Amino acid sequence: MTTDDAPAIEVHGLTKRFGDRIAVNDVTFDVKRGEVFAFLGPNGSGKSTTIRMLCGILAPTEGTGRVLGYDIRTEQEYIKQNIGYMSQRFSLYEDLSVRENLEFYAGIYAVPRASLAARVTELIAMAGLQGREDQLTAHLSGGWKQRLALGCAIVHRPPLLFLDEPTAGVDPVSRREFWTMIHELAANGVTVFATTHYLDEAEHAARVAMIHGGVLTALATPADFKAHYLHGKLFAIRSADTLRTLAMLQQRTDLSDVSLYGDAIHVLMQTGDREDLESALRAAGITGATVEVIAPSLEDVFISLMKRP
Amino acid sequence: MSLARLWAIMRKELIQVRRDRITLALVVGVPVMELLMFGYALNAVTDHIATVVFDESSTASSRAFAQSFHNTDYFTIVRWTPSREDAMRAIDAGEAKVALIIPANFGDQVLGGRPATAQLIVDGSDPSVAQTAMFSGGLISQVQSGAVTVEALNRLGQSSNSRGGIDLRPVVLYNPRMLSVKFMVPALIGLVLQMQGVLLTALAVVRERERGTLEQLIVSPVKSGELMLGKILPNIVLCLFSTVMTLVIARVLFNVPVVGSTVELLLLTLPFLFGTLGIGLAISVVARNQAQALQMTMFTLLPSILLSGFLYAREGMPLIFQWISLAIPMTYYLQILRGVILKGVGIEVLWPQTLALTVFAVVVMGVSVTRFRKTIE
Repeated sequence: MTTDDAPAIEVHGLTKRFGDRIAVNDVTFDVKRGEVFAFLGPNGSGKSTTIRMLCGILAPTEGTGRVLGYDIRTEQEYIKQNIGYMSQRFSLYEDLSVRENLEFYAGIYAVPRASLAARVTELIAMAGLQGREDQLTAHLSGGWKQRLALGCAIVHRPPLLFLDEPTAGVDPVSRREFWTMIHELAANGVTVFATTHYLDEAEHAARVAMIHGGVLTALATPADFKAHYLHGKLFAIRSADTLRTLAMLQQRTDLSDVSLYGDAIHVLMQTGDREDLESALRAAGITGATVEVIAPSLEDVFISLMKRP
Repeated sequence: MSLARLWAIMRKELIQVRRDRITLALVVGVPVMELLMFGYALNAVTDHIATVVFDESSTASSRAFAQSFHNTDYFTIVRWTPSREDAMRAIDAGEAKVALIIPANFGDQVLGGRPATAQLIVDGSDPSVAQTAMFSGGLISQVQSGAVTVEALNRLGQSSNSRGGIDLRPVVLYNPRMLSVKFMVPALIGLVLQMQGVLLTALAVVRERERGTLEQLIVSPVKSGELMLGKILPNIVLCLFSTVMTLVIARVLFNVPVVGSTVELLLLTLPFLFGTLGIGLAISVVARNQAQALQMTMFTLLPSILLSGFLYAREGMPLIFQWISLAIPMTYYLQILRGVILKGVGIEVLWPQTLALTVFAVVVMGVSVTRFRKTIE
C-alpha cells in the first residue's frame, strides 16, 4: 500500500511490445514527490505509451512500476482516483459551459458535494475565467481551454498530475502562464509528469528524461544536460557568405553537428579550439568571419544525443 | 458502481441533448415528420382521384350517376369534357387519373329499365390508384344500378323482390374503413424508436471518441458499466418520450387511439428498446466517426422496414425472407404495437413476441457490453 514518502513514480525495466514492435524498451526511472519531471522525445518515441502504462490503462509487457505507491499492474483503480490527467486535446465538452465542465469532472472524481461549489469557484479564478462561467467551452480561445482543461484535471486535488503534450497549439503567452500555474502547483507539493517535444518547455522541469525509439537515452537536470552531455564545444560562426561557409563546414569530418540558426551557423567540435576553426575559414578564403564559443541550449544537446548511434 | 458518477454522466448527457439541435430534431422533429409523411402523403388508400367526365347522354340520370362518383371520397370530378378525345388528353396530360365516359343511350336505357353501360378509363401507371379506382368504381356502379333498377321496376309497377343474386357484405375487423393510417401509425412508433435508439446511443459514444473526451474518461475512475448506463438511461427516457408524443399525435391528428393499455404498451416497449440500444452500443464500438455511425444505423434500418411487415405483409414474402424476418426485433415489436393499439390485446396474447424481444435484448446487450468494455479498458 501507499506511503506518503514513497517516490511519486518508480519504474523498473518497463517494456511494452505491440506484436514485433517494441514501443517502450527497458525503461527505468523514478520521480520524487513534488518534482516537475519532463519526458522529452520526438513523436512516436514511446512517450504516450509510457504515460498510459503509468496511468494504469495499459498493462506493461515486462517490468514493474509503482505510482504513488500503487502497483501499475494490479492497483489501477487506486491510481486512477489519485492522479490528474490532461492531454493535448484538452478533452473538454465543447457544448458544456465552463462551470458545467468543472462540475462534470468533479462528479466523476466524486468531489464531496459540500466542497464542490468552493472548489469550482477557486478553479475558475485560477484559470482566469471569472465572468465566463456560463460561456460555452466551444467559444473559448486555445489558452483558456488549456487552463480550463488543467482545472478539470486537478478538480479532485490529485497529488500527481500527468500532462501529455499540454501546450500543443497554444500561443507563447498562454504557454508561459500555463507553466506559471504548473510551478505554483508544484510549490504546493503536487508532482508533475509532463511529456513534450518542445525543448524550451523541458527547461521548466527539474529533471528531464530523454526518450528516443522507446529507449531512455539520458536523464538529468537541464543544467547537467548542458554541462555534461555535449561532447565537445559549441561555436557560433557568422560570416558575410553564410551558405558558402555552411557548405565548407559540412565537408569537415571533425565537426559532429553543423546547422543553421538564424544568421549564425552552430558547430559542435569534439576536439580543437576557436583558432582551429578561424584558420580553417581563412584557408577556405572566407574572410571577415567571427567565431565565438556559446553556451548550448537544451535543443543542441537533444539533437546531439539523437544523432549519437 | 457509484451513483454519483452515474448521475454526473446522465446529467451531462441530458445537458448535451438539450443543447444539440440535431439530436433534439431527432427526438421531436423526426417522429412528427414521419407521422405526417406516412399519415398524409403515403396514405396507401388513394382517395380524391382526379376524374374527368364525358357525358354524351347529358340526362338527369347520367348526371346523377357521375355525381355519385364525386360524392364518394374516392373520386373528385375536376372537369366535364366536351369529347371523348378531350377526356383521353386529360389522362395523357396527367390532369386526371380516371375518365368516366357515359354513352348517349345511357339515359334511355336506364329509363327503359334495361342494362346501361358506362366506361371507366383508368391510368394504370400507379397501380394503387388504378386498383382503388376500379374497385370503388365497380362498387359505386353496383349500388347505383341497384337503386336505378329498383326505381325503374317500381315505375313499371313490378315488385322488386324478384331481383336475385348474392349479396355479399364483408365485415372488416379492427380497422373497419381499412385506413392505412391505422396500419402505419403503430409501425411508425417502431421506426422512430429503432432509428432514435440506435443512433442516439451510437452517437453518444462515438462523439466522445472523436473529441478525445473518451480518452479522458478512460483515465478517470469511471467504470465501463457506469459509462454505458449513464448513456443508455437518458436515451430510454428520450425514446419513451417520443413514443408518447407519437401516440398523442396519432390520436389528435389521425384519430388512432390506443385501444389497449398505454402503460402496458410502454412496458412491452422496454425489451425492444434495450435491444435497439444494444445495437447502438455495438455500432459505437465499431464506428470510428459519426458519419460511419449514421451509415451503420441506416443499414440496420433497411431490413427492419422491408422485412418486418412494416410496409408489406410478411405472409406474402418468400419463405426464406419470412425466416430471416424472425431474427429482426421489429417483426415482433410491430405485432405488439398493432396488437395493443388496434386490437387492444395485452401480454396474455403477446407474450411470445415479448419473450423473443427479451432474448434478443439480452444477447445483443451482452455482446455489446463485453465488446465495449474491451475497447474502454
